[in-house]
This record gives sequence, C-alpha cells and structure tokens, in this order.
Amino acid sequence: MIKNADQIFVILQHWIMSLFPSALQPAVGALLAVVTIICVFPALFAIAVLLERKGLGRMQNRYGPNRVGPLGIFQPVADGIKSLTKEDIVPASADAVVHFLAPVFLVVVVFMGYAVLPMGRNMTLVNMDSGLLFFFAMGASTELSVFMAGWSSRNKYSLLGAMRAVAQMISYEVPLLLASLVVVMMAGSMNLGRIVEVQNQYSWGLPHWFIFTPWGFAAFLMFAIATTAESNRSPFDLPEGESELVAGYFTEYSGFKFALFFLGEYVGMLSVSGLGTTLFLGGWSAPFSFLTWVPSWIWFFSKVMLSICVFIWLRGTLPRMRQDQLMNFAWKFVLPLSLLNVFVAALWRFLGEGYARWGVCSAILLVAYVVMAKVGMSREHFGPRSYRYAE
Amino acid sequence: MQVPAMTIVFYLIAAITVAGALAAMLLKNTVHCALALTVAFAGLAIQFLELDAQFAGFAQILVYIGAVAILVVFAILLTRGSETPIAGVFSKTWLAGLAIAAMVFAVLGWAVLNSTSVLPNEAARPAVNVLEIGNALMGRYVLPLEIVAVLLTSALIGAVIVARHEKGTGK
Amino acid sequence: MMGPITPLQGYLLLAALLFAIGLAGALTRRNAILVLIGIELMLNAANLNLIAFWRYGPHPEALTGMMFAIFSIAVAAAEAAVGLGLVIHIYRFTQSTDLDKMNRMKG
Repeated sequence: MIKNADQIFVILQHWIMSLFPSALQPAVGALLAVVTIICVFPALFAIAVLLERKGLGRMQNRYGPNRVGPLGIFQPVADGIKSLTKEDIVPASADAVVHFLAPVFLVVVVFMGYAVLPMGRNMTLVNMDSGLLFFFAMGASTELSVFMAGWSSRNKYSLLGAMRAVAQMISYEVPLLLASLVVVMMAGSMNLGRIVEVQNQYSWGLPHWFIFTPWGFAAFLMFAIATTAESNRSPFDLPEGESELVAGYFTEYSGFKFALFFLGEYVGMLSVSGLGTTLFLGGWSAPFSFLTWVPSWIWFFSKVMLSICVFIWLRGTLPRMRQDQLMNFAWKFVLPLSLLNVFVAALWRFLGEGYARWGVCSAILLVAYVVMAKVGMSREHFGPRSYRYAE
Repeated sequence: MQVPAMTIVFYLIAAITVAGALAAMLLKNTVHCALALTVAFAGLAIQFLELDAQFAGFAQILVYIGAVAILVVFAILLTRGSETPIAGVFSKTWLAGLAIAAMVFAVLGWAVLNSTSVLPNEAARPAVNVLEIGNALMGRYVLPLEIVAVLLTSALIGAVIVARHEKGTGK
Repeated sequence: MMGPITPLQGYLLLAALLFAIGLAGALTRRNAILVLIGIELMLNAANLNLIAFWRYGPHPEALTGMMFAIFSIAVAAAEAAVGLGLVIHIYRFTQSTDLDKMNRMKG
C-alpha cells in the first residue's frame, strides 16, 4: 500500500497507456507526463506568487494582498484575469517578430528543463544519460531570450537592462557549472536519477545527502548564489530593478506577454530549485530513515517549496547589489572558491573513509573563505556605523 | 543488409537548418542574421541528436547558442552594426564569391554522390554513455584536452587584452 | 548517382550545403562580423561531417569522431571570441566594420 502511494502517478500513467493500442503507448505515456508537468508547475507558480506577496508583506510589516478571497488566496486568479485582459501594446518602432518571439522562446526553453528532473521514484520524464548537461544547455538558452526582449523593444532602458542581465547571467553561469561539477564527480554520473540514488542511503538514520559533506555544503551555497543571480532575483535583480530601469528588459511588454515573462521567471526559479534539491538535498529521498514510508514525490515538492521560501526570504532581507559589486563578487570570489571546492572534493575522495577527511576538507574551505573575504574586504573601508537624525 | 533510408525528420530539420543559414547570410539587419544563425545552430544540434551523439548535441547548444551567439550579438551592438550601411550589405565582388561557393558545393556534392560504394554505412547504433566519454577524455585524449585547455585560457586572456579600452587613446 | 542516397550521404550533402552557404556569406558580405558568422557556419558544417562519419563508420565505440567534434566546438568558440575582440578593436580605430574600406595595412 505504501509502495502504491509512492508510485501512484506511475501506476495511473501505465493504466491510461494500457487503454490505447500498443503502437501508440509510448507517445501517450510521454504526452500524459508532459501535460501533467504543464499543469502542475504553473499551479505551483500561482502558489509561489501568492506566497511571495504575502511573505514579503509580512517581512515588511504589512499585510500582503488580503481582499480577494479569505486571506487573499484567490489573488493569483485575479492577477491572471488582469494579465489576460489587458491591452497588448507593441511600440510602433519595435521589431515585431522578435518582440513576439522572445517570451515564447523563454517559456519553451524553461519548460524543457523539467524533462530531466526526477520528481519521485521512477518519475523522470526522460531519464537521459547526460541529463544534467541537457538542463544546463536549456538554462544557457534563456539568456538569448532576455537579449531578444531587450533589443527588440528599441528602448534605451530595455537594452541597458538586457545587457546587464545577460552579463550577470553569463558571469554566474561558470560558478553554477563548477558547483554542479563537484556533484557529478562524486556521484560518478550525469544522470539525475542516479545522483538521487547515490544520496538515498542512510547511516544511523541520517541520509547521505551531499549537502551534509563539507564540499557539498560549500557547493550548495555557491549553487544557491549562482541560481539567485541566474533568475535575476534579489539581491541580484538590478536588471529588473523597479526603481532604476522602470522594468528593465520587459519595460515594453504588457498584458499576456508580460505574464509569460513573469511565468517564465518563476517557473525557471522552480526548475533550478528542483535541480538544487536533486543535486544537494537528496531529491525525492526522505530526511530520516524512519520516514521513508512517506511518498517520494511529497518530499521532492516540499523541498522545492522550501527553496522557494528561502528565495522569498532572501528577497525580503538583502539590499540590491550594484552591477560592479555583483560582477566582482562572481569573478573574484565565487569562481575561485568553486575551483577550490573541486580540488577539495577530489581530496575527499582520495583521503578515503574516516574522520580525517571531514576535518581536512572543512579546514581548507573555511580558511580559504576567511582569507578571500578579508582580501576582498580590505579595499572597502567601513568606518563605525553613524546615525543621522532629522532635527 | 538492408540500407536504412532517410527519414522525414531528417528532411524537416535539414530544411530548418538550411533556412536559418540562408537567412543568416542574406538578411540586411545584422541582429536578425545573428538570431537566424541561432536557429541554424539549434537545427544542427537536433541533427547531432538524430545521429545518437547526445553529448555533442547538448554541448553544441550550451556552447554555441548559450555563448557564441551571445558573443556575436554583443559584438554587433558594440560596433553599431545594427544600422544598415549606405553602400549596401554585399561587397563589390559578390559575384565572384558566390561563384566560388557554388563551385565548392558542386565539387563536394559530386564527390559524395559518386562514392556510394566507398563510403561506410554501418547501421548499428553506438551505445555511448558519459562514463565512456569521460574515460576517453582522461585516457586516450588527455593530450588534446590539455592543449585545448591551454588554448582556451590563452584565447580568454588574448580577447580581454585585445578588446579592452586603452587608457588615453581611442574612445 | 548509383542507387538511392544512403543516410551518410544525406548528412554529407547537408554539411556540404551548409559549408557552401557559409563560404558564400564569408566571401560576399561587407560587415566583418557577418564574415565571422559565415566562418562559424563552416565550422559547424565540418562538425556535422565528423559526427556523421562517426555514426556510420566502422568503429563508433572508439569515440574518435565525437571527441574530434567536441574539441572542434571548443576551438571554434575560442576563435570566435578572439575574432570578435579584434573586430571591436578595429572598430575603435576606424569607426566602421566595412571590410571593403579596410584595404590598407597602415593604421
């Protein structure tokens, strides 16, 4: 019964497939999985948007939206209706074809990333051997859509926002790949299902998730920073900084196309959260060995929503970084640390089992972090904090 | 042994790729050319997937669409290439260039079509996984790997030095 | 032409066509960046050739074709970066990317 609850979606899919002739069965199975993904993740997007507005509101000591429905839970419905019925204005001098294609391209590419995420035991849409490489290939293609949006609007602010966004995304692409490289190195495969299986073992009730190892923890932090920058979320949201560039590269978009960009951004955030849980937080495996009776897909989606809550928390807490601070941070701090992390992970493997490797690896990473922080901060001269009050 | 035939998928993707390449070379607006080039790259990546070379296909998308296309677009924007030049987009000697390209295609096509008996045509699908590629890269192909790493580092440093603003001179 | 076209011949013809289109573009366009785009197309056509021969050739498990193609992708990316850097640098001096105007070694 427990196994049935865990595999309920797979069983459902096979049952629907069996209703069709055997020549059509693979196509029907794939189609069912695709339709499910296309329905579930926009629903999660709606929940995430509501969570963000209420959460940010509470962090800023105000109520979030609370008019539409009890506690404002129908706000996403109202937002959706507004976006769909707003007038779609395309500037007269804009490049119409590219202007139309940019949000379409973004949404297509972002949804393709879900094909390789293992959302539960046996629940990967396409279990590819080089699944992680496919995911990053799709992530790299989103930068082109950002550029297309900014350039086709023929607006100085849009173009500036697009250039900043693309520069930021490219800079943080390298630490992202290096942080994931460490996981591939230790798991021995680029197949995301295999990476989760390697983490699905338990010692004394605790799981072997990669985040609980020194190199995994460092890699997780760098992965989190890099994905926050890749999704243009605060504190790296200068390209869409509302108080600076109107709305950055999607200034000239209104109505449904703006909703598509918004959808693309949040669905992208959900997708990289899914990847982060797969690589570092054990994917669909349970946190304690006595909790393995809970279905695997519940664990996956809880971890993804937890990551979204952390993203929202970061947005409400940290101030925005300037463009040069952001780029310095990427190239002079995160990248050297991620290279060192690859070395430390190799050292972990070669020191063999035992307690020595925990100490050595943690020490190397801590010392490197402190040294780089001191060196990086030595140019910023912070005096004692001073307060000025209006008289 | 039965000779496998061309599939409809091949013709479709080939049509898209050739259309993208033609658009990349014929359009007036340079940024449109760069975007059409991206379509050609994507078509080629799908052809690699058709040929069971998944690693090469995804590497093509990651490197070409994710990096080279963006590089080209940045260069176009930094050199004001999006404005149409007054003297037209094709150079004075366009006819000679076209003739040379047509001759090259004719020779290559004749060579390919007339060597049916010489070309290999195994139909067995190679089962390649990433582990084998990794072993090959670290085993048999470690020297080219290291040389390419040095090449990329020197290209990175060289491109930065060539393209940066000099202090005092120029704009 | 003897007999129907085998798949390998189909891929080789497609690669030859892409190569010719890239060559035509590199030889006829004025803008230096478009010449570089033509060169990238030619490199891609050669990659397609390599992978096609790897797939339909006698020893695909030796991975020679795929390795060659991957190194070719890396080298092409490096060459595109340096080439575009040079174009940007020349633009700063001559304020144009028109290749028909750049027919002197001086300057």
